[in-house]
Amino acid sequence: MITLTINRRPVSVPQGTLLLKAVEEAGITLPSLCHHDALAPYGACRLCMVMITAPYRALVASCTYPVEEGLVVETDAPEAVQARRLALEFLMSRCPRSDVIRKMAEKEGVTASRFGMPSTEQTDELCVLCGLCVRVCRELIGAAAIGFTGRGSERRVGAPFDFQSDACIGCGACAEVCPTGAIQMEDRGNQRILRAWNTRITLSACPECGRFFTPEPTRFLKKMLPEIETYWEVCPDCRRQKTSRQWLNAQ
Amino acid sequence: MKIKTPSDLEKLRDQGQCMLSPQKPRVSVGMATCGLAAGAGAVFDALRQAADNLRLDLTLVSAGCIGCCQEEPLVDVRMPGFGRVLYARMTPEGADRLIRSLASGELPHENALAYIPEEGSDTPKSAEVLSGLVPINALPFYAKQHKVILRNSGLIDPQSIEEYAARGGYKSLLLALLQLSPHEIIDEITRSGLRGRGGGGFPTGKKWEVCSRAAGTARFIICNADEGDPGAYMDRTVLESDPYAVIEGMTIGGYAIGASQGYVYVRNEYPLAIDRINHAIERSTECGLLGEDILGTDFTFSIQVIRGAGAFVCGEETALIASLEGGLGEPRPRPPYPAVSGLWGKPTLINNVKTWASVAAIIRKGPEWYAGIGTKGNAGTAVFSLVGKVANTGLVEIPLGLTLEEMIQGIGGGGLAGKRVKAVQTGGPSGGCIPADLFHLPIDYASLTQAGSIMGSGGMVVMDEDTCMVDVARYFLRFTMEESCGKCTPCREGARYMYAILTRIIEGEATPEDLVLLEEIAMWVKEASLCGLGQTAPNPVLSTLRYFRDEYDAHVREKRCPAGVCRALIKLTINAERCTGCGLCLRECPVGAIRGKKKAPHIIDPDLCTHCRTCYDICPEKAVEIVR
Repeated sequence: MITLTINRRPVSVPQGTLLLKAVEEAGITLPSLCHHDALAPYGACRLCMVMITAPYRALVASCTYPVEEGLVVETDAPEAVQARRLALEFLMSRCPRSDVIRKMAEKEGVTASRFGMPSTEQTDELCVLCGLCVRVCRELIGAAAIGFTGRGSERRVGAPFDFQSDACIGCGACAEVCPTGAIQMEDRGNQRILRAWNTRITLSACPECGRFFTPEPTRFLKKMLPEIETYWEVCPDCRRQKTSRQWLNAQ
Repeated sequence: MKIKTPSDLEKLRDQGQCMLSPQKPRVSVGMATCGLAAGAGAVFDALRQAADNLRLDLTLVSAGCIGCCQEEPLVDVRMPGFGRVLYARMTPEGADRLIRSLASGELPHENALAYIPEEGSDTPKSAEVLSGLVPINALPFYAKQHKVILRNSGLIDPQSIEEYAARGGYKSLLLALLQLSPHEIIDEITRSGLRGRGGGGFPTGKKWEVCSRAAGTARFIICNADEGDPGAYMDRTVLESDPYAVIEGMTIGGYAIGASQGYVYVRNEYPLAIDRINHAIERSTECGLLGEDILGTDFTFSIQVIRGAGAFVCGEETALIASLEGGLGEPRPRPPYPAVSGLWGKPTLINNVKTWASVAAIIRKGPEWYAGIGTKGNAGTAVFSLVGKVANTGLVEIPLGLTLEEMIQGIGGGGLAGKRVKAVQTGGPSGGCIPADLFHLPIDYASLTQAGSIMGSGGMVVMDEDTCMVDVARYFLRFTMEESCGKCTPCREGARYMYAILTRIIEGEATPEDLVLLEEIAMWVKEASLCGLGQTAPNPVLSTLRYFRDEYDAHVREKRCPAGVCRALIKLTINAERCTGCGLCLRECPVGAIRGKKKAPHIIDPDLCTHCRTCYDICPEKAVEIVR
C-alpha cells in the first residue's frame, strides 16, 4: 500500500493506482471525460488537473499520474481549480449544447464561457475528442475501425476517409462509451446505422430466436471465452442460455 | 573490405588521408542544402566543366556545410604546397576563372575569404601568396566557435567513409568495443556532462544508465532527426555533412545499452540528409562497421532510416515512437519514459542527432576534455543556426556559456545594415524572445529558461527595430497552433483562442481585457498541456508580454504599431520632396492605389491602399514613409 496526502488528509491505496482513483477514494469527485477504467491512461481532456506539492510542485493530470509514497496533492489549490475551470469553459464553448459538460462545469463553479460560441455550422458539436470511442474500438474490441483525422483544431474522429467502414463490426461500444452522446446508434430492421462513421452494418438473425445481432464477435469476447466458440452463430442472449444449460447439465 | 582489426582501420584511415591531401589540387564545394540553395550545384558543375576543358587533374568534392551560410556558395581549395584557401560567394563564371588560375599554378585573389591553417603546420604558403588574407579563425564569425559536433562538417566528403576515418572516425568505436565495458562507456558519457542537445537538456549519461538497467532483453536506439523549427537546420546539416559521426555514436550507444537495432527518424522534407545517411549506413555495413560481428567482436548492430511524414509534434519523443510504430504521431503521457518503455514497449534510448554526433568525440578524447569545454553544468558545445536580421548568418557551434552578446554582436556581427538588434528568439517556436538588454546572459540551459525562453534544439532568430514583437508572437503561435496534434484541450482550444486574440491585437480591435485574458490562457496552456509542444507553445507570447508589454499596449490602447509592421495600424505616404516620379511604385502597386505623372511626385490613395508595403520596399529613393 502507498500512503499519500490528499487535501491534507492521508489516504492509502495499492501501488499502481492512478491519482484520479486515489482522489475518488478520498471522497473527492473531479471532472473527467477521457478516462475509463478499462482503457489505458490517456490524459487528453485535462479536466482532472490537480496540484501536487511534493515531491515537486506541478499541475498534473490525475488520470495519468501513478501514485507514489509521500505524494502531497491539493485538488483545491487555486491553480488547479483555475486549470479545471478554463478547460471546462473551452469545452462549453466548443459544445454549447452538451448538458453533460454544462452540469460538470456547474459543479466546478462555471456557469458561462468567456470564449464565445463556435461558428454556426458547428453549434451541434457534442464531440470533445476524448478519444474513448477510438480507444475502446482499438484496445478492447480489436477492430480499430475508427481513428483521428486532422490536426489541431481540425481534429475529428471518423472511419478512414469517412467511407463505410469495412473494419467496423457494429458492436456499438463507441456509442456506449461516448460521455457526451455524440455518437448515436440506430437499429432499423437488420441494419445497424452508425451515422458518425457513415457506416451501416448488416446484422445477422439469430437462428434460435430470430433477433438481430452483431455477426462478428469481438476479439475481447473471443479471447475471454474461447471455450464457447461453437456458439458464435447465435445471438448473445441465446449464447447465454446455451452455456447456462450446458453448465446445468454438467452439474 | 571488412574492417576486422585495428590495422584494417589503419588502412582505411591511410586511404582517407591520401584522399584528403592528394598530390593534386583538391577543390571542395559546400553542398549541404544551404549551399545548394545558394547555387552551389551550378558552381560545382562549372568547376568540373572548366577542369575537363583544361584537362586539369584535380579532386572535386561535394562536401557538407562549411558554416558561414551567409557567404555561400563556398569553395575550399587545397593546392599541394600552398595550403587551403576558402573562396566565398562563388559564381559559375568565378569558378571558371578559379580553375584557370589553378591550372596555371596560381591561387587567385578573387572571392578569397580566408586561408585555412592545416592542423600542426605553420602559416601556409597561401597566406604569403595572397597578401592581406586572414586565417579563417580570425574572422569574427569563426573566432569564438569551437567545433565538436561539426568537427568534420565541410571538411570531408560526407559520402566517404575513408575520409571520415582519416579524421579520427571509428577510433572511438574501436576503443569502445575492444577496451571498454558497456558500463565504462556510460560512465564516460555521464562524467562528460553531456546533456540532451535536442533541447530538453536531460543528462545523457543518466538516460543511458536508466535504459541499460531497464528490465527486458530487447532494446532499441533511436536518433531523433525530426527537426521542424522554422529557421533551424542544425540536424539536417549534421546528417548531410557528417553522417558517419551519427552512425558511430549510435553504434557506441547500442553497445553501451545492449541494443542491436537502431532507427534514424528523419523528416521526409530532408531528401539530401536521407540520401546521405542511407549511403553512409550502406558503406558502414559494407565495411563491417554495422551489421554482424562488428570489428571482429560478437556485437551486432544495424540501423534503419524511417522517414517522418511532416508532423512537427513527431519531434516529441513519445509521438515519434508512436509514429515509428506505424500509429498516429501523437504524444502519450510520461511516465513511463521511453528509456523504460518505448518502441514496442521495450526500453528505448532516444537522442537527438547532435547528441549522437557528440558521443564519438567524447569517447575518443575523454570525458574530462569534454567537461572542460563550456561551463559547470553546461558542458560541451551546442550548434545554433543564427538567422534573421543579423549581419552574419549561418551555422555556429559554440561552447556553452558564451553570452548572447558575444553570439549576436561578435559572431553575428550585429544588426543587418547597421540597424539596432532588439531581441533574439531562441529555441524556435517553443522558445521565447529575449530582449537586447539581457544579452549579457550566458547561453546555457538555466539562464535561457529563467529568461522565459528555452535552449531548444538551436534555432536563434535575431530581430531588429523593424520587427513587431506582437506580430512575431503571433507568427510562432500560428506555427504551433497548426502543428498541435489536437489531442489535449489546452493546446488545441487554448492556442486557437490565443491566436484569435493576437489577431485582434494586430488589427487594432483588441481591448485591454483581451490582454489579461491572453495572459491567463497562455499560463494555462503552459501548465496544463500534455506534452512539450503545448507546454512551450505560449513561450513566444509570454516572453513578449514580459519584455515588450509597451508594444502590446501601443497596439491595444493607442492602435499603433511602433515597428510599422501591422497592416491595419499603419498608413503609407509619399514624401513629395524625395519622390522623383520614377513610376516604379505606381507599376508595382498590386491594387493600383498610387497615382502621379511621370517625373512628378506621386500620391497614395488611402482608400485603396492595403498597406502591403510593396512601394515602401521597392522605392529607390526611400520616399515612401510609414505613418505609425
